[in-house]
Amino acid sequence: MSKTLFEKIWEKHVVDTLPDGTIQLYIDRLYCHEVTSPQAFAGLRSRGLKPFRPDKITCMPDHNIPTLGQERPIEDPISKKQVDTLEENAKLFGLTYYGMNHPKNGIIHVVGPENGLTQPGMTLVCGDSHTSTHGAMGAIAFGIGTSEVEMTLATQCIMQRKPKTMRIVVDGKLKPGVTAKDIALYIISKMTTGGATGYFVEYAGEAIRNTTMEERLTICNLSIEMGARGGMIAPDEVTFEYLKGREYSPKGKDWDEAVAGWKALCTDEDAVFDKEVLFHAEDIEPMVTYGTNPGMGMGIKDSIPAMESIDEAGRISYKKSLDYMGFNAGEPIQGKSIDYVFLGSCTNGRIEDFRAFASIVKGRKKADNVVVWLVPGSWAVEKQLKEEGIDKILEDAGFQLRQPGCSACLAMNDDKVPAGKYAVSTSNRNFEGRQGPGARTILAGPLVAAAAAVTGVITDPRELMN
Amino acid sequence: MKEKLTVVTSTCVPLPLENVDTDQIIPARFLKATTKEGFGDNLFRDWRYNKDGNPNPDFVLNQNTYKGEILVAGKNFGSGSSREHAAWAIGGYGFRIIVSSFFADIFKNNSMNNGLLPVVVSPEFLAEAFETITADPSVTLTVNLPDQTITNNATQRTEHFDINAYKKDCLINGLDDIDYLLSNKSKIEEYEKSL
Repeated sequence: MSKTLFEKIWEKHVVDTLPDGTIQLYIDRLYCHEVTSPQAFAGLRSRGLKPFRPDKITCMPDHNIPTLGQERPIEDPISKKQVDTLEENAKLFGLTYYGMNHPKNGIIHVVGPENGLTQPGMTLVCGDSHTSTHGAMGAIAFGIGTSEVEMTLATQCIMQRKPKTMRIVVDGKLKPGVTAKDIALYIISKMTTGGATGYFVEYAGEAIRNTTMEERLTICNLSIEMGARGGMIAPDEVTFEYLKGREYSPKGKDWDEAVAGWKALCTDEDAVFDKEVLFHAEDIEPMVTYGTNPGMGMGIKDSIPAMESIDEAGRISYKKSLDYMGFNAGEPIQGKSIDYVFLGSCTNGRIEDFRAFASIVKGRKKADNVVVWLVPGSWAVEKQLKEEGIDKILEDAGFQLRQPGCSACLAMNDDKVPAGKYAVSTSNRNFEGRQGPGARTILAGPLVAAAAAVTGVITDPRELMN
Repeated sequence: MKEKLTVVTSTCVPLPLENVDTDQIIPARFLKATTKEGFGDNLFRDWRYNKDGNPNPDFVLNQNTYKGEILVAGKNFGSGSSREHAAWAIGGYGFRIIVSSFFADIFKNNSMNNGLLPVVVSPEFLAEAFETITADPSVTLTVNLPDQTITNNATQRTEHFDINAYKKDCLINGLDDIDYLLSNKSKIEEYEKSL
């Protein structure tokens, strides 16, 4: 019988099926960070249990850690306690742990792929909704709650209902100046934040096939922002090329065997999805958000939708959202003055994002009215951008690099945008208060962020491109 | 063992906003605890309290008008972050049931793993519930988990709601998934041998 990519991997991981269809699913990899794991480890201990398969678990702090002064202990005692708790749990149970300032530390969704820990065909979970990132490598990867982290620690399994399947095809070719982030924000703006709830999405089509591995990670990362359980892309030569030689990738004869198996991980031609959606790459413009959820996005030259275009049940929420942002329905946002720029996060904190940012700011200067936080997704990214001399380009333009971590994406450390200030952010959520209480977030890709950083206003990056 | 859940009849707290994300339910800066206790104090923190820390009188949790064990919310409730702290905050505050026309997936699972029941109703049921509750805050809803029904006692409108048999059994008996998974460990080892 013909199967989708999702079904092929899912079915291989079913341990048991209950009479009502609930599945006991085997998990190949569990990633733990400091925020959503302490209660799971505590639960494990109170039941007198140990991790069932410690070799399948990798731990690292990323949410709380400062992006300056990582050489010193964390100053905030509550953050420090949470980070220390993860280290203690990892040590107690013999789990792989990349602590703050360790050369392999960084945002878990950046570190997993760059070390070859995430591989095609795997099932992978983490107590973080952006675990969907790893689906880019042809894995079933999704975010779970702390109870489910505890289940995985205890039994390497979780209880799940099989999600419905959706294929999103993006055909054609992207226009210059349009990035993977724009593809994702465009799709989410069309699907809305709940449009893929209940589904596991496979991205396909010419525009997806033509992306680099890092661009795929950005696209799959944002799957959760339309409610999807996860997103995935069939592995191909791009995936294999990326994985080859990485620390945890198979080596030698094992590599050849693994690739042979991974090549079978694709949706069969006549496989049936529960839902199919088609978009055209040439319709996609550099995107920005204007509201307080990632579905409220538009092309950078567009105007904010008029109140009349919103269905009646949603108008209270729509008005609340625009009031929070200090925007009016019907107005454009291009040219609006901004206060902060954040480049980083599990969405856009990789080397290609820094290359893109640098391509715009090279030979220009940071705008005086803007505070800019450039936060590499991992120490490996930081090392590479120094090797490529990107740090020099950024310095010459008046920018400073910070140290890796989740940073201003969710402002659990000191990187908080003040109330009422506007931030153009390459992160994933523009929710009220996400970047600090009262902060106003405009989500965008690295090129739009760079254009804003040097002009001080919302600017179409194509105007600054050669 | 979690608290068992069967039939709940209660007045309700209405929150007619759509797309309420888990960052609103419990902002990230309150996620630094290492236990599950105390999150109810910061439920809807930035809507509930002004910047000076005083309660915002316009927010529903600060109005004595509405009380109860049932939270009635607009569609797509619980979107965004997977933080289970959102379920701990809602449960910690004292809610046992959340009624909406649509829930985000991870939030739904997290709720049920904490003895908190998300009940999906039709948009019509939801609109009517908001109407009757705001017209008369003493109006009650009854959620009957064994029968899988929800009733608006002001209008007698009753609907069936879906829940899978496994989770229903867990909620009614106060069991959790780990109890089940541990009892099924031999199957896990068998599965691993087949790899």
